[in-house]
Amino acid sequence: MSKVYPPDAKWYEMARGGIIPQAGNAAEYSVGGWRNEHPVRDDECCIDCLFCWVYCPDEAVRVKDESVKYQGFSPDHCKGCHICAHVCPKDCITMVPGPDFQPDEPGQSEEE
Amino acid sequence: MANLKQLSHREPKLTGGHRLCPGCGEPIAVRQVLMSTEDPVLVTNATGCLEVSTTIFPYSAWNIPWLHIAFENAAAAASGVEAMYQSLKKQGKIDPDANYRFVAFGGDGGTYDIGLQALSGAVERNHDFLYVCLNNEAYMNTGVQRSSATLKGAHTTTSPAGEVIPGKTQNRKDLTEIMVAHDIPYVAQTIPGRWNDITRKAEKAFSIEGPKFMNVLTPCPLGWGHEGGLTPEISQLAADTCIWPLYEVEYGEYKINYKPKEKKPIEAFLEPQARFRHLFRSDEGAEVRKAVQEWVDWKWETLLKKAGE
Repeated sequence: MSKVYPPDAKWYEMARGGIIPQAGNAAEYSVGGWRNEHPVRDDECCIDCLFCWVYCPDEAVRVKDESVKYQGFSPDHCKGCHICAHVCPKDCITMVPGPDFQPDEPGQSEEE
Repeated sequence: MANLKQLSHREPKLTGGHRLCPGCGEPIAVRQVLMSTEDPVLVTNATGCLEVSTTIFPYSAWNIPWLHIAFENAAAAASGVEAMYQSLKKQGKIDPDANYRFVAFGGDGGTYDIGLQALSGAVERNHDFLYVCLNNEAYMNTGVQRSSATLKGAHTTTSPAGEVIPGKTQNRKDLTEIMVAHDIPYVAQTIPGRWNDITRKAEKAFSIEGPKFMNVLTPCPLGWGHEGGLTPEISQLAADTCIWPLYEVEYGEYKINYKPKEKKPIEAFLEPQARFRHLFRSDEGAEVRKAVQEWVDWKWETLLKKAGE
C-alpha cells in the first residue's frame, strides 16, 4: 500500500472510520516551506554531543552510527526554529537567512 | 540509564513532518519520553495541539498505534485498551511474550481541567499505564485561553491584562500533588530542557507496574510569546527559579532531582515572555510579581520539607 492516499483517491478506496493505516506517513509531508532561516553546522568543531538531535522537535537532525557529524539536517522536516543553534554547547550551528540548504554548505549530505 | 548514543539507535516513534509550531516544546517532550523504552508502545491522546497537529488527514506522525476519542478521556481510553490487552493475553489470543506499554498524552486543559476525573478514575483502578501531562499553561490549541495550570499574572485571551485585571488573578493548582495524593507508585515533574532528567524519569516510569504520572512543562512560543529557539532554555529557567521544581515521588518518597545552586528570582523566567510583559510596566504589576514570588517560595519551602531537606 502506498504510504499516502493520492489526492484523487475515492472515498471507497480509503480505510473506514477515518483510520490512517499508514503509520508515520507524515514523514513524507514537507514542512520545509515554513522556515525562512536554515541551520548550518560547522563539522570542524562538532563534538557529536547529539544535543541538537535530542532537542529537535521535528526529527530533522539526522543521526548515523551514533554521530550527527557529516549527517545533514532534513530539508523536509526542519522548520527553522533555532533550537539546535541555541542548545549547541560549542556554538557550531548558525542560522543562515534563506529557506534553502545549499549543496556546498558543510554537513548537508543527501543520504538518509 | 541509556545515554544519548544508545538512544539515537532507537527507531523514532514520532516522525517529523507533523504541523506543530516551530520551537514547540511538546514534540520534544514526546520524543524524549517515547525514546526511553525499547518496548512497543501504544499511545492514547487527549484533544489538544499534539492531537490535531500530528494527525492531519491523511497523514499521521505516529509510527506506533495511536488512539484518540474525545477531549476528556485519554486516561479512560488508555485504561480500556490496557484492560483489553490483559484480557486477550489471558485468553492466549496474543503473544504472551509481548510487552506492550501504554502511554496517554494530554495537555494541561485535557488533564488539569477536562480530563481530571477520567485520570483520577483510571489511576484509582490501578491500570498499568503512564500518563504524561504536557503542560503549556493554557488552552493553546483554541487560542490561548486560561486554564487552571496558568501561572498567576499571565495574559491570556480569557484573562486579558489591562485596566481591570493584571492578567490571571488566581494561582495555579498543583496537579502533581493531587496525583501524589492518589498514592500511585510513581509521580514526577520534569521539563524537556533537561534530556537526562526526562528520559531517566520516563525510563523509571516504564519499569514500574501500575499507574504512573509525569507532569512536563512544555513552553509554547506562540502562547507564551518567546522566541521558538529559547524553548529548552525557558523550561530550564522554570526549574532554576523553582516555579517548576524537578522532583519525583516514588511510593510516597519525595526526591528533589534538581536544586538550583542559586535560586533565581522569578523575573528571570517572566521577563523573556510576552505574556508577562505588563507585569514590568506598572506598580500593580510589581505587586503581582511579589505575590507570585511569595507563592513560589512557599511552594518550594513546602516541597523541601516534604523531601526532608
